Amino acid sequence: MNRYYWILGGFAALVALLAVGLNLNPRDVPSPLVGKPAPAFTLSQLAEPEKSLSPKDMQGKVWLFNVWASWCVSCRQEHPILVEFSKKVDVPLIGLNYKEVRGDGGFDMSKMPAEEEKKLAWQRANRWLSEHGNPYKLTVMDLDGRVGIDYGVYGVPETYVIDKSGVIRMKHTGPITPEVLAKRIMPLLAELNK
Amino acid sequence: MKRLFAKLAAIVAVGMLLNASPVLASSATEAALAADPVAEKRLTKLSEELRCLVCQNQNIADSNAELAQDLRREIRGMIKEGKSDKEIIDFMVARYGDFVLYRPPVQGNTLLLWLGPIALLIFGLATLVAYQRRRAERVAAEDKPLSAVDAGRADALLKELDNK
Repeated sequence: MNRYYWILGGFAALVALLAVGLNLNPRDVPSPLVGKPAPAFTLSQLAEPEKSLSPKDMQGKVWLFNVWASWCVSCRQEHPILVEFSKKVDVPLIGLNYKEVRGDGGFDMSKMPAEEEKKLAWQRANRWLSEHGNPYKLTVMDLDGRVGIDYGVYGVPETYVIDKSGVIRMKHTGPITPEVLAKRIMPLLAELNK
Repeated sequence: MKRLFAKLAAIVAVGMLLNASPVLASSATEAALAADPVAEKRLTKLSEELRCLVCQNQNIADSNAELAQDLRREIRGMIKEGKSDKEIIDFMVARYGDFVLYRPPVQGNTLLLWLGPIALLIFGLATLVAYQRRRAERVAAEDKPLSAVDAGRADALLKELDNK
């Protein structure tokens, strides 16, 4: 009899291990950037290309940094939530347009001059925001994705919560759901803005 | 018992062979390879150590995902700047975390990963050895010569069969 308890116990342990393991999301890679200063950059703004923005310009404010692109399908899913957020909450939302033209996959980049890529990127990003609404205080353009690499971006959309001293406090990979917003982002913003 | 260990060893060896899959060079890198074979060799070696985060079960040498191409471009740039392998790997880990390493480092939260399989193997072998020993003892214990009465009955039965 004793031996059967052993087997049953082993089986239960295996089931428990698998139950936990299979419920983890393999896409949810913990970011080493949480708790670290937001990587520096200087990028042109979408609305006013002659102006640029750096994270240090946001010093003293709690802000959200949201990575998006017009070719990104999941961005469409989260966009209404961001629009709603921007209307209700007084926290600046900065957009990082990530590889607007290169990321699309539909262009032969080896044949496109830099000037044309720039023009096309601004055009496409502006059109997308006028079609779907613009929740962003402003958007900066990361044409070649270098800033994306510094932020560890690997799947658009991604969202970062950055505190008053410029430290990344949270990263969310994938579209923001109402649940993530209510349970994780809003409480954190309230705490950081205290 | 000896044969059983030989069999186990064979299974382990085959498993190791299957894991060491050949490395395929993608044709896109061949032009660059011709330009600077030493740098490209380093690039290939480094990219084999790094996981592509988009298609998680490929390294960035094999993957053709956009991000993998970008990261290869970054590595190529860093090689040109004369960065060491460690600096390049640290650059990736600082951005994407330990997850980007195909060979996870041995540290507190990866001990189970590294030692788990060995522990399981030892546990399995120990169970097997214990079982074999107990069985051997049981067989030895039951292997007594027949008593005089039983031997007589057996003889009688055998004779009866022979007479038929």
